[in-house]
Amino acid sequence: MLHPDSVGRTFLGANPVTVTQEDISAFALAIGEEDVSVAPPTFSICISLAQSQAILSAPEVGLDWTRLVHGDQRFELRRPIVAGDVLNCDSTIESYKVIAGNEILTVRSDLASKGKLVASSWSTLVVRA
Amino acid sequence: MIEVGAELEEHVFWIDRDLLKKYADASGDQNPIHQDEEFAISVGLPNVIAHGMLTMALVGKYISDWAGGPANVKEFSARFVKPVIVPANGKVDLTVSALVTEAVDKNVRLNITATSAGVKVLAIAKALVVVK
Repeated sequence: MLHPDSVGRTFLGANPVTVTQEDISAFALAIGEEDVSVAPPTFSICISLAQSQAILSAPEVGLDWTRLVHGDQRFELRRPIVAGDVLNCDSTIESYKVIAGNEILTVRSDLASKGKLVASSWSTLVVRA
Repeated sequence: MIEVGAELEEHVFWIDRDLLKKYADASGDQNPIHQDEEFAISVGLPNVIAHGMLTMALVGKYISDWAGGPANVKEFSARFVKPVIVPANGKVDLTVSALVTEAVDKNVRLNITATSAGVKVLAIAKALVVVK
């Protein structure tokens, strides 16, 4: 179960991620996108989900990532991500509830470049009982 | 001029195990439920399932194409209601269509429908795009 102190907490991204053209091209190629001048709209999930996993699986937070299901997902894109972006990802556990033993939480991830917000995303994650 | 109520042309994506591997490598999501049949079944799934985010990425491609490129997608959301089940051999469809629900200047809101093998896989799937 999630440690109650974690709810509402923002975890500041420790390690900025540099987006390469290879990252964008591989993602675009997988989905058949030929325009690789910018990242596809869902590309930021590669950064935000990896960071959420690292944060939420930490012993002091206590989420069981192995029983996790992705419930829903939302993106707000201020501008497209491009190669060379150095993105810092801050994650906040915005909500948490337990229904019939299933833990349901919403994690907001803010990706910023040089202090300017590039994309926000919200992931609802369900840990099955 | 884009009008409210306009329907976008339906498009079919085909998903096979090879695509799941490609998406796993490109996205970094190597969860075995998307690649290993034995593992998927051991955790109660009917078979290997596609990443929800792969489904969403393909729908993103659909709306990007319509809007004139990936840079024109401003908001995008969906709920994953049923998994896309991917057989060991062959492929399964992801059939996508959309409806214009709002059009103000260049900002267009879409409601998206996505099914696989006749089953609705996304709910409340919406996007805001800017059509240049």
